[in-house]
Amino acid sequence: MTQTEDRDDHIDAEVDAALRAKALESLLIEKGLISTDLIDEVVRQYEEDIGPLNGARVVARAWQDSSYREWLLKDGTAAIADMGYIGRQGADMVVLENTPTVHNLVVCTLCSCYPWPVLGLPPNWYKSFAYRSRAVREPRTVLREFGLEIAESVEVRVWDSNSEVRYMVLPEQPAGCEALSEEALVSLISRDAMIGVAKVESPNPDGVEQ
Amino acid sequence: MNESTDRRISAMNDDLALPRKNGELVFEAPWQARAFGLAVALNEQGTYPWSDFSVELTREIATAEEANEPSTYYQRWLATLENLVIARGLITRAEFEAMIRQEALHDDHDHHDHDHHDQHSSDQSPGI
Repeated sequence: MTQTEDRDDHIDAEVDAALRAKALESLLIEKGLISTDLIDEVVRQYEEDIGPLNGARVVARAWQDSSYREWLLKDGTAAIADMGYIGRQGADMVVLENTPTVHNLVVCTLCSCYPWPVLGLPPNWYKSFAYRSRAVREPRTVLREFGLEIAESVEVRVWDSNSEVRYMVLPEQPAGCEALSEEALVSLISRDAMIGVAKVESPNPDGVEQ
Repeated sequence: MNESTDRRISAMNDDLALPRKNGELVFEAPWQARAFGLAVALNEQGTYPWSDFSVELTREIATAEEANEPSTYYQRWLATLENLVIARGLITRAEFEAMIRQEALHDDHDHHDHDHHDQHSSDQSPGI
């Protein structure tokens, strides 16, 4: 098959999907089974309100408040709900602590389970067959492709999410940011660090206080 | 691993460059947002437990990947949702097919000269 034919097939499939999605919505509305307003509201929330900033606030609070950190690691669902981030999909949240000797990595090998309330919707690579199949098989190689070299002495633990349990990584707090405000800390904490494919970098490159 | 998988995983870094903020681009076409919103809204109002959707989505993805189908993630998501609402008796396949035909006519009538190319981003990688 030529590339142009591939591309035409892809466009046809997209047009077809758009039509089917519209028909499905229209039919369910016509039957009074769902309202446009509720769909609009769900989409708006996931496009605007629910995203990795929520998770970054959880991490920053855990770094600054050791009793919150303890609670978060013991009962992630409750400690995260305390910040107002509540999942309605009924999954438990488990928070995994990165340490100098353990690095955690989150994947969903079967589909795309992801901690929506704290990270929003997953990036495309998280849903890709390549990531899902390789993260378990060769995590260090995958991490290297993300630019993260994990020393052989550090244990890499891979966590496979499912519809009952969603994982989030509590990254290590880098040196040199003990004096920062919570808001400044939040700006350092990336989505990728909370999936485990990145670390949180020190605000000063050498980790030295200025 | 074959070459295309290698290329796919090396493309992961492009996505990493996305701005990290709330409201980053999460859907590549409006219909994807509607299909997502519809599935989640039905769950939130109690029509089905999320695990039902999740189990079906897992099965849909596994079947498509075993058959090497080039369908995209949200195409599989939509197929899952269609099958789920039909299996639960919310709608029948016949009335759904009828509505598709009706929407297609409507679409033709409304947008005689529209260009389908503008309905989705131009450089999605198939299979992801």
